[in-house]
Amino acid sequence: MEKLRITLGAVSRPLESLKVKTGDWGAEYPVVIEENCKACGDCVVYCPDLCIELVETGEVDEKGRKKKVAKVNYDYCKGCGTCSVVCRHEAIKMEIKELYKG
Amino acid sequence: MMRVVRGFYAVAHSVKLCRPDVICAYPITPQSEIVENIAQMYANGELGNCEYITAESEFGAASILVGASATGARTYTATCSQGLILMSEVLWCAAGMRLPIVLTIANRSLSAPLSIWNDHQDSMAMRDAGIIQMYVENNQEVHDMMPQAFKIAENHKVMLPMMVCMDGYKLTHAYEPVDLLSQEMVDEFLPPYDPPVKMTTKEPYTFGSYATPASYMEFRAAVYRAMDRSRKVIEDVYKEWAEVSGRDWGGHIVAENCEDADVCVMAMGSLVGLAREVTKEMRDEGKKVGFIKIRTFRPFPAKEIAKAVDNAEKVIVFERSLSMGSDAPVTLDVKSAIHKKAIDVYSPVVGLGGRDVPHKLVKSVVEEVMENRVEPGTYFRGLKDCEEVIV
Repeated sequence: MEKLRITLGAVSRPLESLKVKTGDWGAEYPVVIEENCKACGDCVVYCPDLCIELVETGEVDEKGRKKKVAKVNYDYCKGCGTCSVVCRHEAIKMEIKELYKG
Repeated sequence: MMRVVRGFYAVAHSVKLCRPDVICAYPITPQSEIVENIAQMYANGELGNCEYITAESEFGAASILVGASATGARTYTATCSQGLILMSEVLWCAAGMRLPIVLTIANRSLSAPLSIWNDHQDSMAMRDAGIIQMYVENNQEVHDMMPQAFKIAENHKVMLPMMVCMDGYKLTHAYEPVDLLSQEMVDEFLPPYDPPVKMTTKEPYTFGSYATPASYMEFRAAVYRAMDRSRKVIEDVYKEWAEVSGRDWGGHIVAENCEDADVCVMAMGSLVGLAREVTKEMRDEGKKVGFIKIRTFRPFPAKEIAKAVDNAEKVIVFERSLSMGSDAPVTLDVKSAIHKKAIDVYSPVVGLGGRDVPHKLVKSVVEEVMENRVEPGTYFRGLKDCEEVIV
Protein backbone atom coordinates (compact mmCIF):
# COMPACT_ATOMS: atom_id res chain seq x y z
CA MET A 1 0.00 0.00 0.00
CA GLU A 2 1.17 3.52 -0.79
CA LYS A 3 2.62 5.47 2.10
CA LEU A 4 0.37 8.14 3.58
CA ARG A 5 2.07 11.52 3.29
CA ILE A 6 1.41 13.81 6.22
CA THR A 7 2.76 17.36 6.27
CA LEU A 8 4.83 18.83 9.08
CA GLY A 9 2.39 20.76 11.29
CA ALA A 10 -0.64 19.56 9.31
CA VAL A 11 0.13 22.47 6.98
CA SER A 12 -1.87 22.57 3.78
CA ARG A 13 -1.80 24.77 0.72
CA PRO A 14 -4.69 27.12 -0.15
CA LEU A 15 -7.86 25.45 -1.49
CA GLU A 16 -6.74 22.02 -0.26
CA SER A 17 -10.06 21.75 1.57
CA LEU A 18 -11.87 21.70 -1.78
CA LYS A 19 -10.87 18.04 -1.99
CA VAL A 20 -13.18 17.29 0.92
CA LYS A 21 -16.60 17.12 -0.69
CA THR A 22 -18.81 17.80 2.30
CA GLY A 23 -21.94 17.57 0.15
CA ASP A 24 -22.49 13.97 1.19
CA TRP A 25 -22.64 14.76 4.91
CA GLY A 26 -26.28 15.75 5.23
CA ALA A 27 -29.48 13.76 5.01
CA GLU A 28 -31.34 16.64 3.36
CA TYR A 29 -30.58 19.00 0.50
CA PRO A 30 -32.05 22.37 -0.51
CA VAL A 31 -34.04 22.74 -3.70
CA VAL A 32 -34.47 26.23 -5.21
CA ILE A 33 -37.92 26.92 -6.62
CA GLU A 34 -36.79 29.25 -9.35
CA GLU A 35 -40.14 30.96 -10.06
CA ASN A 36 -40.33 32.08 -6.41
CA CYS A 37 -36.70 33.26 -6.19
CA LYS A 38 -36.32 37.05 -6.22
CA ALA A 39 -32.51 36.86 -6.11
CA CYS A 40 -32.53 38.94 -2.92
CA GLY A 41 -29.32 37.21 -1.78
CA ASP A 42 -30.36 36.49 1.80
CA CYS A 43 -29.49 32.82 1.42
CA VAL A 44 -26.09 33.76 -0.01
CA VAL A 45 -25.34 35.84 3.08
CA TYR A 46 -26.61 33.31 5.60
CA CYS A 47 -25.16 30.12 4.10
CA PRO A 48 -22.46 29.09 6.59
CA ASP A 49 -20.56 27.18 3.92
CA LEU A 50 -20.58 29.78 1.11
CA CYS A 51 -22.47 27.26 -0.98
CA ILE A 52 -25.01 29.54 -2.66
CA GLU A 53 -24.42 32.12 -5.36
CA LEU A 54 -26.72 34.14 -7.59
CA VAL A 55 -26.35 33.16 -11.21
CA GLU A 56 -27.82 34.68 -14.36
CA THR A 57 -30.70 32.75 -15.87
CA GLY A 58 -30.10 34.15 -19.34
CA GLU A 59 -33.43 35.94 -19.25
CA VAL A 60 -34.05 39.67 -18.79
CA ASP A 61 -36.90 41.25 -16.85
CA GLU A 62 -39.33 43.91 -18.09
CA LYS A 63 -36.79 46.66 -17.26
CA GLY A 64 -34.11 44.96 -19.29
CA ARG A 65 -32.10 43.76 -16.26
CA LYS A 66 -30.48 40.35 -16.34
CA LYS A 67 -32.49 37.91 -14.20
CA LYS A 68 -30.66 36.03 -11.47
CA VAL A 69 -31.51 33.04 -9.33
CA ALA A 70 -29.97 31.29 -6.32
CA LYS A 71 -27.87 28.25 -7.18
CA VAL A 72 -26.65 25.71 -4.62
CA ASN A 73 -23.24 24.05 -4.81
CA TYR A 74 -24.16 20.48 -3.91
CA ASP A 75 -20.51 19.41 -3.76
CA TYR A 76 -20.15 21.22 -0.45
CA CYS A 77 -23.68 21.96 0.87
CA LYS A 78 -24.11 20.06 4.15
CA GLY A 79 -27.88 20.39 4.11
CA CYS A 80 -28.18 22.47 7.28
CA GLY A 81 -31.35 24.13 5.99
CA THR A 82 -30.47 27.67 7.05
CA CYS A 83 -31.20 28.98 3.53
CA SER A 84 -34.71 27.55 3.53
CA VAL A 85 -35.40 29.15 6.92
CA VAL A 86 -34.15 32.64 6.02
CA CYS A 87 -35.75 32.73 2.55
CA ARG A 88 -38.64 35.22 2.62
CA HIS A 89 -40.12 34.02 -0.65
CA GLU A 90 -40.53 30.31 0.06
CA ALA A 91 -38.12 29.69 -2.75
CA ILE A 92 -35.98 27.07 -1.02
CA LYS A 93 -37.33 23.82 0.33
CA MET A 94 -35.43 20.98 1.95
CA GLU A 95 -35.78 17.48 0.56
CA ILE A 96 -34.55 14.18 1.91
CA LYS A 97 -31.89 12.40 -0.08
CA GLU A 98 -32.97 9.14 -1.74
CA LEU A 99 -30.51 7.27 0.49
CA TYR A 100 -32.35 8.31 3.64
CA LYS A 101 -35.90 7.75 2.44
CA GLY A 102 -38.13 5.06 3.83
CA MET B 1 -39.34 2.35 31.41
CA MET B 2 -37.25 0.82 28.62
CA ARG B 3 -36.88 3.06 25.59
CA VAL B 4 -34.57 3.26 22.61
CA VAL B 5 -32.86 6.64 22.89
CA ARG B 6 -29.65 8.29 21.78
CA GLY B 7 -26.82 8.90 24.22
CA PHE B 8 -27.64 12.62 24.27
CA TYR B 9 -31.10 11.98 25.57
CA ALA B 10 -29.98 9.34 28.06
CA VAL B 11 -27.82 12.05 29.65
CA ALA B 12 -30.32 14.90 29.39
CA HIS B 13 -33.20 12.91 30.84
CA SER B 14 -31.10 11.78 33.77
CA VAL B 15 -29.78 15.29 34.47
CA LYS B 16 -33.35 16.59 34.50
CA LEU B 17 -34.31 14.05 37.15
CA CYS B 18 -31.42 15.27 39.32
CA ARG B 19 -33.25 18.60 39.73
CA PRO B 20 -30.32 20.89 38.89
CA ASP B 21 -30.63 24.56 39.86
CA VAL B 22 -28.36 26.09 37.24
CA ILE B 23 -27.27 24.66 33.90
CA CYS B 24 -24.91 26.63 31.72
CA ALA B 25 -23.32 25.37 28.55
CA TYR B 26 -21.87 26.22 25.19
CA PRO B 27 -22.44 23.88 22.26
CA ILE B 28 -19.60 21.84 20.79
CA THR B 29 -19.62 18.71 18.63
CA PRO B 30 -20.28 15.96 19.70
CA GLN B 31 -21.76 17.28 22.95
CA SER B 32 -24.27 19.72 21.40
CA GLU B 33 -27.38 17.59 21.47
CA ILE B 34 -27.01 16.87 25.18
CA VAL B 35 -27.52 20.54 25.97
CA GLU B 36 -29.99 20.98 23.11
CA ASN B 37 -32.15 18.30 24.71
CA ILE B 38 -31.82 19.99 28.10
CA ALA B 39 -32.59 23.40 26.58
CA GLN B 40 -35.74 21.95 25.06
CA MET B 41 -36.79 20.52 28.41
CA TYR B 42 -36.17 23.95 29.93
CA ALA B 43 -38.23 25.65 27.21
CA ASN B 44 -41.02 23.14 27.81
CA GLY B 45 -41.03 24.03 31.50
CA GLU B 46 -39.89 20.56 32.56
CA LEU B 47 -36.96 21.77 34.65
CA GLY B 48 -38.90 23.44 37.44
CA ASN B 49 -37.02 26.42 38.87
CA CYS B 50 -33.80 25.58 37.10
CA GLU B 51 -32.01 28.44 35.34
CA TYR B 52 -30.68 27.51 31.92
CA ILE B 53 -28.08 30.05 30.89
CA THR B 54 -26.50 30.22 27.45
CA ALA B 55 -22.91 31.43 27.64
CA GLU B 56 -20.66 33.11 25.08
CA SER B 57 -17.99 30.43 25.42
CA GLU B 58 -17.02 27.43 27.52
CA PHE B 59 -14.86 29.73 29.61
CA GLY B 60 -17.97 31.77 30.34
CA ALA B 61 -20.10 28.70 30.97
CA ALA B 62 -17.68 27.31 33.55
CA SER B 63 -17.29 30.74 35.17
CA ILE B 64 -21.05 31.18 35.48
CA LEU B 65 -21.32 27.75 37.11
CA VAL B 66 -18.56 28.58 39.58
CA GLY B 67 -20.57 31.61 40.65
CA ALA B 68 -23.81 29.65 40.75
CA SER B 69 -22.30 26.77 42.69
CA ALA B 70 -20.86 29.20 45.24
CA THR B 71 -24.39 30.38 45.97
CA GLY B 72 -25.35 26.80 46.81
CA ALA B 73 -26.92 25.81 43.50
CA ARG B 74 -26.72 22.31 42.07
CA THR B 75 -24.85 22.95 38.83
CA TYR B 76 -24.32 21.04 35.60
CA THR B 77 -22.64 21.44 32.24
CA ALA B 78 -21.50 19.28 29.34
CA THR B 79 -18.59 19.89 27.00
CA CYS B 80 -15.59 18.26 25.32
CA SER B 81 -12.35 18.77 23.45
CA GLN B 82 -11.44 22.42 22.80
CA GLY B 83 -14.40 23.44 24.96
CA LEU B 84 -13.06 21.52 27.94
CA ILE B 85 -9.59 22.95 27.38
CA LEU B 86 -11.10 26.45 27.26
CA MET B 87 -12.82 25.66 30.57
CA SER B 88 -9.68 24.30 32.13
CA GLU B 89 -8.49 27.47 33.87
CA VAL B 90 -11.88 27.83 35.53
CA LEU B 91 -12.24 24.13 36.35
CA TRP B 92 -8.94 24.08 38.23
CA CYS B 93 -10.39 26.96 40.25
CA ALA B 94 -13.67 25.09 40.77
CA ALA B 95 -11.74 22.14 42.21
CA GLY B 96 -9.71 24.39 44.51
CA MET B 97 -12.87 26.24 45.56
CA ARG B 98 -14.37 22.83 46.32
CA LEU B 99 -17.43 23.37 44.13
CA PRO B 100 -19.24 20.13 43.18
CA ILE B 101 -20.03 21.01 39.57
CA VAL B 102 -21.01 17.93 37.55
CA LEU B 103 -19.94 17.68 33.92
CA THR B 104 -20.62 15.23 31.13
CA ILE B 105 -17.66 14.99 28.77
CA ALA B 106 -18.47 13.74 25.26
CA ASN B 107 -14.89 12.62 24.75
CA ARG B 108 -13.25 14.03 21.63
CA SER B 109 -9.71 14.48 20.37
CA LEU B 110 -7.73 17.72 20.65
CA SER B 111 -6.35 19.96 17.92
CA ALA B 112 -4.10 20.13 15.95
CA PRO B 113 -4.89 18.82 13.42
CA LEU B 114 -8.55 19.63 13.93
CA SER B 115 -10.65 16.55 14.57
CA ILE B 116 -14.16 16.30 15.90
CA TRP B 117 -13.94 12.55 16.50
CA ASN B 118 -13.53 10.42 19.57
CA ASP B 119 -10.57 9.65 21.78
CA HIS B 120 -9.77 10.40 25.43
CA GLN B 121 -7.22 13.17 25.04
CA ASP B 122 -9.49 15.97 26.26
CA SER B 123 -10.40 14.57 29.66
CA MET B 124 -6.87 13.21 30.13
CA ALA B 125 -5.59 16.76 29.81
CA MET B 126 -7.69 17.56 32.93
CA ARG B 127 -6.22 14.64 34.85
CA ASP B 128 -4.44 16.60 37.57
CA ALA B 129 -7.03 19.33 38.18
CA GLY B 130 -8.73 17.76 41.19
CA ILE B 131 -11.79 16.67 39.24
CA ILE B 132 -13.18 13.18 39.79
CA GLN B 133 -13.24 11.28 36.49
CA MET B 134 -15.13 8.16 35.57
CA TYR B 135 -15.67 6.55 32.17
CA VAL B 136 -18.79 4.73 31.02
CA GLU B 137 -19.10 1.88 28.55
CA ASN B 138 -22.65 2.41 27.30
CA ASN B 139 -25.64 4.74 27.44
CA GLN B 140 -27.41 2.94 30.28
CA GLU B 141 -24.32 3.44 32.39
CA VAL B 142 -24.09 7.16 31.61
CA HIS B 143 -27.81 7.47 32.33
CA ASP B 144 -27.29 5.78 35.70
CA MET B 145 -24.15 7.79 36.47
CA MET B 146 -25.61 11.30 36.52
CA PRO B 147 -27.46 11.02 39.87
CA GLN B 148 -24.46 9.16 41.31
CA ALA B 149 -22.11 11.92 40.14
CA PHE B 150 -24.08 14.59 42.00
CA LYS B 151 -24.20 12.42 45.10
CA ILE B 152 -20.45 11.80 45.04
CA ALA B 153 -19.40 15.37 44.21
CA GLU B 154 -21.73 16.95 46.77
CA ASN B 155 -20.70 14.64 49.61
CA HIS B 156 -19.23 16.87 52.32
CA LYS B 157 -16.18 14.60 52.60
CA VAL B 158 -15.50 15.22 48.92
CA MET B 159 -16.75 18.58 47.58
CA LEU B 160 -15.02 18.33 44.21
CA PRO B 161 -16.21 18.66 40.61
CA MET B 162 -16.93 15.40 38.81
CA MET B 163 -16.69 14.48 35.14
CA VAL B 164 -18.69 11.61 33.69
CA CYS B 165 -16.86 10.74 30.47
CA MET B 166 -18.70 9.14 27.57
CA ASP B 167 -17.17 8.52 24.15
CA GLY B 168 -18.26 11.13 21.62
CA TYR B 169 -20.23 9.74 18.66
CA LYS B 170 -19.66 6.11 19.71
CA LEU B 171 -22.04 6.69 22.63
CA THR B 172 -23.48 10.20 22.30
CA HIS B 173 -24.92 9.53 18.84
CA ALA B 174 -25.74 5.86 19.35
CA TYR B 175 -29.29 4.61 19.76
CA GLU B 176 -29.46 2.09 22.58
CA PRO B 177 -32.23 0.67 24.72
CA VAL B 178 -32.09 2.52 28.03
CA ASP B 179 -34.17 1.81 31.11
CA LEU B 180 -35.13 5.41 31.89
CA LEU B 181 -35.15 6.32 35.56
CA SER B 182 -38.21 7.69 37.30
CA GLN B 183 -38.36 10.95 39.23
CA GLU B 184 -39.43 9.09 42.38
CA MET B 185 -36.43 6.82 42.30
CA VAL B 186 -33.92 9.63 41.71
CA ASP B 187 -35.57 11.77 44.41
CA GLU B 188 -35.21 8.93 46.86
CA PHE B 189 -31.58 8.33 45.93
CA LEU B 190 -30.35 11.90 45.58
CA PRO B 191 -31.18 14.40 48.33
CA PRO B 192 -31.16 18.14 47.52
CA TYR B 193 -27.71 19.74 47.57
CA ASP B 194 -26.77 20.81 51.09
CA PRO B 195 -23.85 23.24 50.61
CA PRO B 196 -21.45 23.44 53.57
CA VAL B 197 -20.87 27.09 52.70
CA LYS B 198 -22.79 29.36 50.35
CA MET B 199 -22.76 33.04 49.63
CA THR B 200 -25.73 35.35 49.41
CA THR B 201 -25.98 39.07 48.88
CA LYS B 202 -26.42 39.47 52.66
CA GLU B 203 -23.60 37.03 53.48
CA PRO B 204 -20.86 37.58 50.91
CA TYR B 205 -17.67 35.49 50.78
CA THR B 206 -14.60 35.16 48.60
CA PHE B 207 -14.13 31.65 47.22
CA GLY B 208 -10.63 30.54 46.30
CA SER B 209 -9.02 33.55 47.89
CA TYR B 210 -5.37 34.52 47.88
CA ALA B 211 -2.98 32.15 49.65
CA THR B 212 0.63 33.08 50.26
CA PRO B 213 3.40 30.51 50.62
CA ALA B 214 2.37 30.38 54.27
CA SER B 215 -0.81 28.45 53.42
CA TYR B 216 -1.06 27.59 49.67
CA MET B 217 0.46 24.17 50.15
CA GLU B 218 -2.02 23.21 52.86
CA PHE B 219 -4.95 24.11 50.60
CA ARG B 220 -3.56 21.95 47.81
CA ALA B 221 -2.93 19.08 50.22
CA ALA B 222 -6.56 19.43 51.30
CA VAL B 223 -7.73 18.94 47.70
CA TYR B 224 -5.44 15.91 47.42
CA ARG B 225 -6.89 14.43 50.59
CA ALA B 226 -10.46 15.12 49.51
CA MET B 227 -9.75 13.25 46.27
CA ASP B 228 -8.35 10.40 48.33
CA ARG B 229 -11.43 10.37 50.60
CA SER B 230 -13.65 10.23 47.54
CA ARG B 231 -12.49 6.64 46.89
CA LYS B 232 -14.67 5.31 49.68
CA VAL B 233 -17.55 7.69 48.92
CA ILE B 234 -17.56 6.65 45.26
CA GLU B 235 -17.53 2.96 46.15
CA ASP B 236 -20.39 3.44 48.59
CA VAL B 237 -22.45 5.35 46.04
CA TYR B 238 -21.76 2.71 43.35
CA LYS B 239 -22.94 0.04 45.82
CA GLU B 240 -26.01 1.97 46.86
CA TRP B 241 -26.90 2.46 43.21
CA ALA B 242 -26.64 -1.25 42.55
CA GLU B 243 -29.09 -1.85 45.38
CA VAL B 244 -31.68 0.75 44.44
CA SER B 245 -31.53 0.32 40.66
CA GLY B 246 -30.78 -3.38 40.42
CA ARG B 247 -27.98 -2.57 37.98
CA ASP B 248 -24.56 -3.35 39.41
CA TRP B 249 -21.90 -1.66 37.28
CA GLY B 250 -19.18 -2.73 39.68
CA GLY B 251 -16.70 -0.76 41.75
CA HIS B 252 -13.77 1.40 40.65
CA ILE B 253 -12.79 -1.45 38.36
CA VAL B 254 -14.52 -4.58 37.15
CA ALA B 255 -12.14 -7.54 36.90
CA GLU B 256 -13.31 -10.58 34.96
CA ASN B 257 -11.46 -13.90 34.75
CA CYS B 258 -8.29 -12.34 36.17
CA GLU B 259 -7.61 -14.79 39.01
CA ASP B 260 -5.73 -17.32 36.88
CA ALA B 261 -4.99 -15.09 33.88
CA ASP B 262 -1.50 -14.85 32.39
CA VAL B 263 -2.50 -11.71 30.52
CA CYS B 264 -4.86 -9.03 31.82
CA VAL B 265 -6.37 -6.63 29.30
CA MET B 266 -7.55 -3.17 30.42
CA ALA B 267 -9.78 -0.66 28.69
CA MET B 268 -11.94 2.38 29.46
CA GLY B 269 -15.01 3.81 27.81
CA SER B 270 -16.88 2.37 24.85
CA LEU B 271 -13.97 0.08 23.96
CA VAL B 272 -14.83 -1.94 27.07
CA GLY B 273 -17.66 -3.87 25.42
CA LEU B 274 -15.50 -5.02 22.52
CA ALA B 275 -12.42 -5.78 24.61
CA ARG B 276 -14.54 -7.83 27.01
CA GLU B 277 -16.05 -9.79 24.12
CA VAL B 278 -12.65 -10.50 22.57
CA THR B 279 -11.13 -11.67 25.85
CA LYS B 280 -14.13 -13.92 26.53
CA GLU B 281 -13.75 -15.49 23.09
CA MET B 282 -10.08 -16.13 23.77
CA ARG B 283 -11.01 -17.67 27.12
CA ASP B 284 -13.32 -20.02 25.28
CA GLU B 285 -10.38 -20.94 23.07
CA GLY B 286 -8.55 -21.95 26.26
CA LYS B 287 -6.29 -18.91 26.52
CA LYS B 288 -5.68 -17.52 29.98
CA VAL B 289 -6.82 -13.97 29.39
CA GLY B 290 -8.52 -11.71 31.92
CA PHE B 291 -10.24 -8.39 31.44
CA ILE B 292 -10.38 -5.26 33.57
CA LYS B 293 -12.79 -2.42 32.96
CA ILE B 294 -11.51 0.76 34.54
CA ARG B 295 -14.48 2.88 35.65
CA THR B 296 -12.95 5.43 37.98
CA PHE B 297 -9.84 7.10 36.58
CA ARG B 298 -9.45 9.88 39.19
CA PRO B 299 -8.95 8.93 41.95
CA PHE B 300 -6.99 6.13 40.31
CA PRO B 301 -7.87 2.67 41.70
CA ALA B 302 -4.25 1.59 42.12
CA LYS B 303 -4.83 -0.92 44.92
CA GLU B 304 -7.75 -2.58 43.14
CA ILE B 305 -5.73 -2.94 39.93
CA ALA B 306 -2.65 -4.26 41.71
CA LYS B 307 -4.81 -6.87 43.41
CA ALA B 308 -6.62 -7.88 40.22
CA VAL B 309 -3.43 -8.46 38.20
CA ASP B 310 -1.57 -10.16 41.04
CA ASN B 311 -1.21 -13.48 39.23
CA ALA B 312 -0.63 -12.08 35.75
CA GLU B 313 2.66 -12.01 33.85
CA LYS B 314 1.59 -9.39 31.37
CA VAL B 315 -0.81 -6.48 31.28
CA ILE B 316 -2.20 -4.82 28.16
CA VAL B 317 -3.56 -1.29 28.54
CA PHE B 318 -5.55 -0.09 25.56
CA GLU B 319 -4.79 3.62 25.35
CA ARG B 320 -7.04 6.20 23.68
CA SER B 321 -4.76 9.17 24.32
CA LEU B 322 -1.09 10.14 24.62
CA SER B 323 1.24 11.89 26.98
CA MET B 324 3.88 13.22 24.62
CA GLY B 325 7.33 12.25 25.87
CA SER B 326 6.19 9.52 28.23
CA ASP B 327 3.93 6.51 28.48
CA ALA B 328 0.26 7.13 27.79
CA PRO B 329 -1.80 8.37 30.78
CA VAL B 330 -3.53 5.17 31.92
CA THR B 331 -0.32 3.18 31.53
CA LEU B 332 1.55 5.61 33.77
CA ASP B 333 -0.93 4.95 36.55
CA VAL B 334 -1.07 1.21 35.96
CA LYS B 335 2.73 0.97 36.05
CA SER B 336 2.79 3.00 39.24
CA ALA B 337 0.15 0.71 40.75
CA ILE B 338 2.12 -2.47 40.05
CA HIS B 339 5.68 -1.19 40.36
CA LYS B 340 6.58 -3.81 42.97
CA LYS B 341 5.46 -6.68 40.76
CA ALA B 342 7.38 -8.30 37.90
CA ILE B 343 4.69 -7.69 35.30
CA ASP B 344 5.36 -6.51 31.74
CA VAL B 345 3.11 -3.65 30.63
CA TYR B 346 2.09 -3.32 26.98
CA SER B 347 0.43 -0.10 25.86
CA PRO B 348 -1.12 -0.31 22.42
CA VAL B 349 -2.39 3.15 21.46
CA VAL B 350 -5.51 2.74 19.35
CA GLY B 351 -8.40 4.73 17.96
CA LEU B 352 -7.03 8.26 18.12
CA GLY B 353 -9.22 10.91 16.49
CA GLY B 354 -12.02 8.47 15.73
CA ARG B 355 -9.87 5.81 14.02
CA ASP B 356 -11.94 2.65 14.05
CA VAL B 357 -10.95 -0.08 16.50
CA PRO B 358 -12.35 -3.26 14.99
CA HIS B 359 -12.67 -6.67 16.62
CA LYS B 360 -9.82 -8.03 14.51
CA LEU B 361 -7.44 -5.33 15.74
CA VAL B 362 -8.21 -5.88 19.43
CA LYS B 363 -7.76 -9.63 19.05
CA SER B 364 -4.49 -9.32 17.14
CA VAL B 365 -3.11 -6.97 19.80
CA VAL B 366 -3.83 -9.50 22.55
CA GLU B 367 -2.51 -12.40 20.48
CA GLU B 368 0.79 -10.76 19.60
CA VAL B 369 1.42 -10.11 23.29
CA MET B 370 0.55 -13.68 24.25
CA GLU B 371 2.82 -15.03 21.53
CA ASN B 372 5.75 -12.76 22.50
CA ARG B 373 5.75 -11.03 19.15
CA VAL B 374 5.95 -7.52 20.61
CA GLU B 375 8.11 -5.78 23.21
CA PRO B 376 6.58 -4.18 26.31
CA GLY B 377 6.12 -0.39 26.07
CA THR B 378 4.06 2.11 24.13
CA TYR B 379 3.29 1.41 20.47
CA PHE B 380 0.60 2.30 17.95
CA ARG B 381 -1.81 -0.17 16.42
CA GLY B 382 -4.12 0.58 13.51
CA LEU B 383 -1.55 3.13 12.35
CA LYS B 384 -0.95 3.59 8.65
CA ASP B 385 2.50 3.48 7.11
CA CYS B 386 3.27 7.17 6.71
CA GLU B 387 6.01 9.71 6.13
CA GLU B 388 6.19 13.30 7.31
CA VAL B 389 6.94 15.79 4.55
CA ILE B 390 7.21 19.57 4.29
CA VAL B 391 4.23 21.02 2.44
